[in-house]
Amino acid sequence: MNATNRTVVVTGIGATTPLGGDSASTWDALLAGRSGVGTLDEDWAADLPVRIAARAAVDPGEIIPKPQARKLDRSAQFALIAAREAWADAGFTGKAGEDTSVDPDRLGTVIASGIGGVTTLLGQYDVLKEKGVRRVSPHTVPMLMPNGPSANVGLAVNARAGVHTPVSACASGSEAIGYAIEMIRTGRADIVVAGGTEAAIHPLPIAAFGNMMAMSKSNDDPQGASRPFDSARNGFVLGEGAGVVVLESAEHAARRGARVYAEAVGQGISADSHDIVQPEPSGNGIAHALQSLLDNSDLDPSEIVHVNAHATSTPQGDLAELKALRKVFGDDTDHIAVASTKSMTGHLLGGAGGVESVASILSVYHRVAPPTINVENLDPEIDVDIIRDEPRKLPAEGRIAALNDSFGFGGHNVVLAFRTV
Amino acid sequence: MAATKEEIVAGLAEIVNEIAGIPTEDVQVDKSFTDDLDVDSLSMVEVVVAAEERFDVKIPDDDVKNLKTVGDATDYILKHQS
Repeated sequence: MNATNRTVVVTGIGATTPLGGDSASTWDALLAGRSGVGTLDEDWAADLPVRIAARAAVDPGEIIPKPQARKLDRSAQFALIAAREAWADAGFTGKAGEDTSVDPDRLGTVIASGIGGVTTLLGQYDVLKEKGVRRVSPHTVPMLMPNGPSANVGLAVNARAGVHTPVSACASGSEAIGYAIEMIRTGRADIVVAGGTEAAIHPLPIAAFGNMMAMSKSNDDPQGASRPFDSARNGFVLGEGAGVVVLESAEHAARRGARVYAEAVGQGISADSHDIVQPEPSGNGIAHALQSLLDNSDLDPSEIVHVNAHATSTPQGDLAELKALRKVFGDDTDHIAVASTKSMTGHLLGGAGGVESVASILSVYHRVAPPTINVENLDPEIDVDIIRDEPRKLPAEGRIAALNDSFGFGGHNVVLAFRTV
Repeated sequence: MAATKEEIVAGLAEIVNEIAGIPTEDVQVDKSFTDDLDVDSLSMVEVVVAAEERFDVKIPDDDVKNLKTVGDATDYILKHQS
């Protein structure tokens, strides 16, 4: 392999989600079909049309010491927790340089969120109004800037090859991982810590998303509210947390004898250029991204046995995604089992691509895919295999691949592929 | 009523504990905020604002750079508190 087409593998994973404080507890809950959605019983939620959300199972305040936490937006706290887990999981014993198997100049981070430090921004505006100019935290700017999580993780691991933050709304986490794959493939870095994070459970984002009619208002049934592919789906449920992976050149991973979860085969990217928020209904834009992935990698369509769908539980979006599968694969979709883990985690916006990449990677690694819960009456327009209620065993033999789809307001489409090694 | 020197040191110790997590007993007059107490330049602004409220004193930005140690801050507050 030359330096511009190196093989990239996953050697570490980490997550903190509505289902668990790490990737192992999250994975167990996904296979068990457990919902992480609950009622928002805070006073500020009383007058909102939406009073449900998927809070992180473990509050980051329980993990990060207060003096450090007061300088970090909640989204950066999630990212740091997930990144630390992934870093240790990859077998590193200290930050780059301290652990001599990692050269800081060859290490990068790419961590993104959809919205950035929105609770910091709004919280400090409250401070400004209620307590005055002098009380606004001097940490406000580095806390609210969208590159804050990536920069803080970069500081934690001593990354000097580049610290990046691609922002594409709910596709941000996957675009970050795709960007990281390219950094390694093209030779800019040997290792990149990459993923997505989000912390936007606050009355303003909820009011705003609610007024767009994008969110489920099933306040009486929190655990049944996120129901992708079901006929009665009525919008997404907001979640929070982060998912982070350690990506590494296959050569570097082999040299240090690292455990490899999967190959990060590549990415397909496109833009709908249709509407600022509505998905292109025929699935053409998504199909273009998928086709681009196939055209620019050695992925064989027959290897694809699982799709971790973007499917957020909105009437239009879920269907467009499945139409795209039909467009690209035609009649040959019987080997592909589709699930939306958002039925359990809610929609983590920019964090979704990170958490769902972790789920996709573990699906090929363990050869089992998590289910979609709450599909009581499958939308009759759906004609692909949806995994419902129980996890699905994937082929025990041979090379298999999983796709992770992520799409964002603005018309962003990102498809990532992970494959057994 | 104006605070005594001991009260100011004790108050600064509580503030530094809150902001930087340093045990209050480690906050002594000879300690440097940045070198000994893990108070970076932005956190120093937080320390100053908290001290202003607690001791009813105004510490202009231009004076903050002169407050290197807990002793410097204590003396400044003693002199300027109203």
